[in-house]
Amino acid sequence: MGNPRLVDPARLVQLTVSGASSGCIYGLIALGFVLVYKATEMVNFAQGEIMMLGGFTAYTLIAKAGLNYWLGAGLTVVIIAAFGFLLDLLVLRRLIGQKQFSVVMLTFGLASIFRAVAGMGWGYDPVGFVTPFTNKVVRVGGIVLSETSMSIIVGTVLLCTALYLFFARTRMGLAMQAASQNQLAAYYMGVPVKTVFSLVWAISAGIAAIAAVLLAPVAMVDVNMGLIGMNAFAGAVLGGFGSIPGAVIGGVVVGVVEQMAGYFLPAGFQETSANLVLLAVLIIYPQGLFGTLTRKRV
Amino acid sequence: MRYVVFLLVLLVIPVFAGEFYVGELGAVFIFAVVGIAQMLLTGYTGLISLCHAAFLGLGAYTAAILLAMGVPFLLTIVAAAVVAGLAGTLIGLPTLRMSGLYLAIATLSFGSIIATVLAKWDRVTGGWSGFIVPTPVVLGHALGGPVWLYYMSLAALLFVLWMSLNILRSPIGRAMIAIRDSEISAQSMGIHLSRSKVTAFAISAGMAGLAGAFYAQYVRALTPDAFDLLISIQFITIIFVGGLGSLHGAIIGAVFVRLLPQAIALLRDDLPFGLGRMPGLEPGLFGLVLVLVILVEPGGVYGRWQKIARYLAAFPLSRRSTSTRQRSFTRSERLR
Amino acid sequence: MTAALFSADDISISFGGIRAVDGVSFDVQTGEVFSIIGPNGAGKTTIFNLISRIYQPTSGRLAFGGQDITTIPPHRIAGLGIARTFQNIELFTEATLLQNLLIGCHCRSGTGLISQLCFLPRTRREEIRHREKAEEVIAFLNLQRYRQSLIANLPYGVRKIVELGRALCTEPRLLLLDEPSSGLNVPETEEMGFWIDDIRRDLGVTIIMVEHDMNLVRSVSDRVMALNFGKVLALGTAADVQADPEVIRAYIGNAP
Repeated sequence: MGNPRLVDPARLVQLTVSGASSGCIYGLIALGFVLVYKATEMVNFAQGEIMMLGGFTAYTLIAKAGLNYWLGAGLTVVIIAAFGFLLDLLVLRRLIGQKQFSVVMLTFGLASIFRAVAGMGWGYDPVGFVTPFTNKVVRVGGIVLSETSMSIIVGTVLLCTALYLFFARTRMGLAMQAASQNQLAAYYMGVPVKTVFSLVWAISAGIAAIAAVLLAPVAMVDVNMGLIGMNAFAGAVLGGFGSIPGAVIGGVVVGVVEQMAGYFLPAGFQETSANLVLLAVLIIYPQGLFGTLTRKRV
Repeated sequence: MRYVVFLLVLLVIPVFAGEFYVGELGAVFIFAVVGIAQMLLTGYTGLISLCHAAFLGLGAYTAAILLAMGVPFLLTIVAAAVVAGLAGTLIGLPTLRMSGLYLAIATLSFGSIIATVLAKWDRVTGGWSGFIVPTPVVLGHALGGPVWLYYMSLAALLFVLWMSLNILRSPIGRAMIAIRDSEISAQSMGIHLSRSKVTAFAISAGMAGLAGAFYAQYVRALTPDAFDLLISIQFITIIFVGGLGSLHGAIIGAVFVRLLPQAIALLRDDLPFGLGRMPGLEPGLFGLVLVLVILVEPGGVYGRWQKIARYLAAFPLSRRSTSTRQRSFTRSERLR
Repeated sequence: MTAALFSADDISISFGGIRAVDGVSFDVQTGEVFSIIGPNGAGKTTIFNLISRIYQPTSGRLAFGGQDITTIPPHRIAGLGIARTFQNIELFTEATLLQNLLIGCHCRSGTGLISQLCFLPRTRREEIRHREKAEEVIAFLNLQRYRQSLIANLPYGVRKIVELGRALCTEPRLLLLDEPSSGLNVPETEEMGFWIDDIRRDLGVTIIMVEHDMNLVRSVSDRVMALNFGKVLALGTAADVQADPEVIRAYIGNAP
């Protein structure tokens, strides 16, 4: 436990960077939540588990099959995105029109299935693979930062830029925005709403796969890695659950808070800090920070 | 009348059945109590709670700790219900203005905070090394063993069932249903929304806490992981499998959820490919069942049973379409 | 003429700069049927939402039976004797018709939580009374054959009547009907007109009604108020209001 007077600035920077890097992972998962929620009003509690599947896929391709890191990572993203597409096509599409609660519970059920399947297929021991960043450090004026942390942050920034361009500039991106604002109107304007929804699932699964590939060198891949999805949730809520930059920023904030809590507060607070932040935010802003819920009109 | 016969059968079972099965049936009763609690809150009031395992845990730890301090057994049961009920009020109050998704998330965090507290506050709870639950002594008799537990749990189930039936035929129960179906018109019918919601939370949590006092006797050693999110999801599975919005459903669901692991254990050696020996099979199966129920029969087992009963009643004239239900495809729950 | 049962005094409300209701005043006498008409978006339903306290007026005063109700919380309105129906039907769809009516009796129940949990004699007596009340309303509106049906399985026209019945179960002195004829066909609308007449005559309930169907308005109302853009255009008998040049302009536009 740290004594506040003994905290040197370099340590603070290191904490912030490592917090921000795990926060970026939260942010990426949160992004997946928010994309799917905005488009389809479903909340995918299995997002963390999809990331876990991505981690194992990458492990199989890179460590087992011996593919080049970049090739393996790319393939992983494609495979998991296709998985997300199929998941919507085969399972979630059938739920349109049912209660939101049913969908929430369905994704919890899917999460359990994914964990069980991964455990049967890959076992319960943590695994990892070598990346170009493993065990390398960057020194910036006496501050030692690991290259893996930096790769996560850089990767997140790049991905967010790409997503922004996709949504703002491409035809499909605009169609997705339209479909998320008004399904019926988008449908009448010729947007293939169902396909768009499946593509949104594909994108959010792909993002989860990227998060897994980025995270793998820091935390090993194991069956329960999806549980960090809960922290990502805090990030998504903090960011308003409807805003894409909000999700990433919220995730980063949660990550930094977690690191700081682990350093400055008694044991136990690190694990719950994300939950405490989340509850506090919800109590103060019951509709989320930039609430998308409005009152029903009668 | 059917119910009386059923109860008589339940009363004599311990005379014939082996100790193991008697104990397992006792656990079914305990889970049924939590199932009813969850059903009242989620199935009837429409408030999602993903922290009923935490309420169960609060009850279990409260009862166990007080027992170890020498407090009489009956008092520990009351205390368990009261502590959990207070916790329910505590989480109910700030979540009043939340709905749907946000409520689910808030209760999720609350549950995981409680689980962490149970693990980290080890001076009181024993933390990960566990807390050994003392055997209750009433009037000089030690009430140990599965048979005692069976009858005590059955009594608890009957008590909770009686109370739930009273709730459902009283204004408070109808207020709950009203809130589930339309808050705005519930309000204009004179229902105090926040008071009714907190009451529902408190009653439901109190029932789960009551179950906790008996659950502590069932597990004998309390550890925090017996009360985490996965267990909360089991309780949700109970109400989904049984059928939302019916007390029958809560009990059917509890039977299913408790007996599935036993069925797996029995079949362990007979399943192909060593599937039965795979670790993680059980939670995976729970997930699969939940997914299948939601996809195939949103009404749960009880809903399906009612369909079958209707089919038989109208026998040669039944058509598939008699039980199809209208679905609204563009309904938005962002507007509440 | 006695003192007004209900009065709105210069009430206004704005939503983000738009004055949905702008300085509206009117009195409703005991026993009358008072209709509010106007084009879409004129602020008719908003007035109902102000009366049932779902919205808080920006300024002005609402009084009922001589009591100021401007600051009373929404769940106490029913207890005072004001009941309402909704434009798009807000019934409890997964409950039976009988349960819906019994929920209507909610504001007349007064037993405590413990009494209800244990169903003590007090609660039992009250339940019997509520059930009698609900049966009375069922008989009044001829709903006997739907008593145990789920609302979700009832046709739209019946649901409209059920909502009327649920409002009657609160034993109101003032009934707010928000477009009672919307979604109904011609014979159903006529039937609705008979029910409204019966409620006024047999039960002595005062009615404020928002309605588009001028035939219905003419046949049941004593006085009519026309609104446009949140302001009162005209107030008087149905014939007077219909002949008012301002009202004609609001509906059809300027004559060439």
